[in-house]
Amino acid sequence: MSSSFFLALAVLAPFAGAALVGFTGSRPNLRESVSLVCGIATLLAGLFLLPTILAGHRPSLLLATPLPGVPIAFQVEPLGMLFALIASALWIVTTIYSIGYMRGHGEPHQTRFFAFFAIAIGSAIGVAFAQNLFTLFVFYELLTVSTYPLVAHAGTTEAKRGARVYLGILMSTSMGFFLLAVIWTWNLAGTTDFREGGILAGVASPMVIGILFALFAFGIGKAALMPFHRWLPAAMVAPTPVSALLHAVAVVKAGVFAILKVTIYVFGIDLVHGTRSTDWLLWVAAGTIIIASLVALHQDNLKRRLAYSTISQLSYIVMGALLANASGIIGATLHIAMHAFGKITLFFCAGAILVAAHKTEISEMNGLGRQMPITMGAFLLASISIAGLPPMGGFWGKWYLAFGALDAGYGVLVGVLMLSTLLNIAYLLPIPIRAFFSVDRSTTAGITEAPVACLIAIGVTTTVCLVLFFYPAPILQLVGPLVR
Amino acid sequence: MILNQLPALQVTLPLIAAPLCLLLRSGRAAWLLCVTVSTIALGIALLLLDEALEKGLIVYDFGGWAAPWGIEYRVDVVNAFVLMIVSGISTSVLLFARISAASEIDDDRQSLFYTAWLLCLTGLLGMAITGDAFNLFVFLEISSLSSYVLIAMGPDRRALTASYQYLIMGTIGATFILIAVGLLYLVTGTLNMADLAGRIPDLADNRTLRAAFAFLTVGMGLKLALFPLHLWLPNAYTYAPSAVTAFLAATATKVAVYALARFMFSVFGTAFAFDSMPLQLILVVLGTAAVLSGSTIAIFQHNVKRMLAYSSVAQIGYLMLGLSLATAAGLTATLVHLFNHALMKGGLFLAVGCMAYRLGTTRLADLAGIGFRMPWTTAAFVIGGLSLIGLPLTAGFISKWVLVQAVLENGWWPLVVVIVVGALLAVIYIWRIVETAYFRTVSEGRDDFVEAPLALLLPTWLLIGANIYFGIHTDLSLNVARLAADFLTGG
Repeated sequence: MSSSFFLALAVLAPFAGAALVGFTGSRPNLRESVSLVCGIATLLAGLFLLPTILAGHRPSLLLATPLPGVPIAFQVEPLGMLFALIASALWIVTTIYSIGYMRGHGEPHQTRFFAFFAIAIGSAIGVAFAQNLFTLFVFYELLTVSTYPLVAHAGTTEAKRGARVYLGILMSTSMGFFLLAVIWTWNLAGTTDFREGGILAGVASPMVIGILFALFAFGIGKAALMPFHRWLPAAMVAPTPVSALLHAVAVVKAGVFAILKVTIYVFGIDLVHGTRSTDWLLWVAAGTIIIASLVALHQDNLKRRLAYSTISQLSYIVMGALLANASGIIGATLHIAMHAFGKITLFFCAGAILVAAHKTEISEMNGLGRQMPITMGAFLLASISIAGLPPMGGFWGKWYLAFGALDAGYGVLVGVLMLSTLLNIAYLLPIPIRAFFSVDRSTTAGITEAPVACLIAIGVTTTVCLVLFFYPAPILQLVGPLVR
Repeated sequence: MILNQLPALQVTLPLIAAPLCLLLRSGRAAWLLCVTVSTIALGIALLLLDEALEKGLIVYDFGGWAAPWGIEYRVDVVNAFVLMIVSGISTSVLLFARISAASEIDDDRQSLFYTAWLLCLTGLLGMAITGDAFNLFVFLEISSLSSYVLIAMGPDRRALTASYQYLIMGTIGATFILIAVGLLYLVTGTLNMADLAGRIPDLADNRTLRAAFAFLTVGMGLKLALFPLHLWLPNAYTYAPSAVTAFLAATATKVAVYALARFMFSVFGTAFAFDSMPLQLILVVLGTAAVLSGSTIAIFQHNVKRMLAYSSVAQIGYLMLGLSLATAAGLTATLVHLFNHALMKGGLFLAVGCMAYRLGTTRLADLAGIGFRMPWTTAAFVIGGLSLIGLPLTAGFISKWVLVQAVLENGWWPLVVVIVVGALLAVIYIWRIVETAYFRTVSEGRDDFVEAPLALLLPTWLLIGANIYFGIHTDLSLNVARLAADFLTGG
């Protein structure tokens, strides 16, 4: 079968899944099987495409041409391949986790939940495989809209308020800056296609490049660059699987992925590297890394602390894109993968704690390690990965980013990365430490380990974090062509 | 050959059908006649559009009297496009009207209702097709008078005051237009638009001509509800029967916009309108004010119909911004938005009509939890709303894209900000409804309603589906709009 078939399958399977979930809503077991089957189909389609991509081919597929010269089309390249594989693999894991979580927690409207979840994943795959800026924008917006019902899921005043902030910030940045940047790019270059080496070289002055890049960087609000980051903590009112897959992987990574893609295929690394008019954004990213970490220190709500941690980590990737050299880009790409597995594990643990112990505040989690050893053990390992220390996968992203910063002549940024590591340790590690070593056990009586489905998911993602430290080679092999 | 008589049939067919409709006592039969005539009108409009695309211009002398003595109908891509919008919307909304109107209007007034509808259709089609300035005024009056009647038939007694308010404002507008036409005749000695276009350049600095232009712009501004002349519109849309609101919102103001554009570009010419007269400044300022104030006021409405009405005021602002650019690109944006906005507002008002049919109210507070009880209706509303916001894959996005492109072409950056802010305000007012519909529970004592009947859902989804179709395939909307704009600007 041809590669365009698998390409179509990868994008369409989640959407078909959403429809089927809607039809099978009355039979929960069948409904969840549909989600799983579609997740597996998407992942397999991606895996079938992988050899083609590694061989240097770029399969593509044209859907429609709504505006002359601006088609809705897909094309697979290494970066998108990586993102799609991560998203679809973690979708399967998260579905297993969700079954345990949603049932264990007795959530209402589960059909709506699983249906929109599938649409969100389909949109993320659409973002990953977009052949041009316009298509990327289309699926980016679809992702925003389809995740809104998931954030507002609980229907409480608090959930609605959170969802309003979520939608408000993401919509205003995308409509205000991102769309403008897309149209401006079209005006300048006469195309919005992603091309190797970029499309803007020679058509815009350094000042325009600087402004345009800023429009992209802030307009792609899902990358949560400060000061447009408030939506992410607000989205934490969502059920935990949503926070885990969407707000640690699919949605936020769609944001930084889009920034990387724009850097590489719209501006071109050489242009960004050459003009230097985008360097001021490096300091915005560096500032976001430090400030978000400092804010995370003060959060007592576990999910909010993780959200600020995500904001900080996303800026690593933005920083890597802005460094615009080989190590920076590789580091940013690796960090997409590493952070995805690490952070989803942390969220899984947070959800497991909520389901098993009904606790959301860190201060209440003293001594929990005795009752929930697997969950808390996984939390410890994932924390180490997020901090970027061996022997966990998160190490590699930071390693390459540090080299990228040195190559670009920004020794200060290495310092920023180091400081961030210390802050990560300071806000993450006390949680498992207090869980295992606190003597105060008055609040943990009668708590048992989380549902098995949740533990399976946690086990899988933690293992991947560990394995990626020893075998990062496949990812490096995939994304190597990006900087050649 | 009957095909040669199409321009005349386009208008005379509904005009003749109207009194026949009155003779029919049964509302059902009147509806059948009305829908048949409207469908035929749509067919004629499509044939005319096809012919206009091929030939460029179809000239028809009414009654065989050659212009400038007789009345001349001139069909080109521009007004064939408008004819298609008007008759297409009329037909789709009529499919909806049978059940909806039956629930809102007394049985013995049904045939009156459809008679007024046919007259209104006649007037709107006539305004679009005619090439004679006085004839345009006549058709404008036909459409206005019949729409006063249609609005007054609303189920609520407040429909009467709404209709009266519109009557006063509409009559002032029509009088202004009549004065303008009189003044034009005074200085040029002709009423034929093509003739006028030939004679006006020689009179460029004539004060009477300037007065005529001013009267005309203000009069049309009243008819198309240009801010701040829009005060009649919210009440009229709110209290009219559901089907009438959808019909008028999607067509009446649009035809007035077309007429204004026709006078600006074909009759007076851009040189006069934009260089001798300060029209550009006026349109930019009023358009901006319309977008921002209309959208803002919409946010604070408690009635969904009224909210959509204020949203219409804002959308007319976009149309005016497109005109103000005085370029082919800007005119394209206006024309394509004319088409797309007809689809979205038509679809949205029909969805609201479905809700009104089941609930008997369109107050926002009464719509709590409606997303669970009427899933298809609410989904239609949400998609229409997304189109209004201008999300990709919907017709609204195409409009926005083309308009922003056109604005950038002129380098008017501040207007981009206005357009963006308008879209964001739209997010807010649409989302108030989404939240109410999906994230609140059905209020006590209001839990007896179910999904709207299929006969209402199908026409609603026809228009909503068109929003998605024309968001992806733009051959009919954008390409024709572009050709039309090139034609009007003489490119």
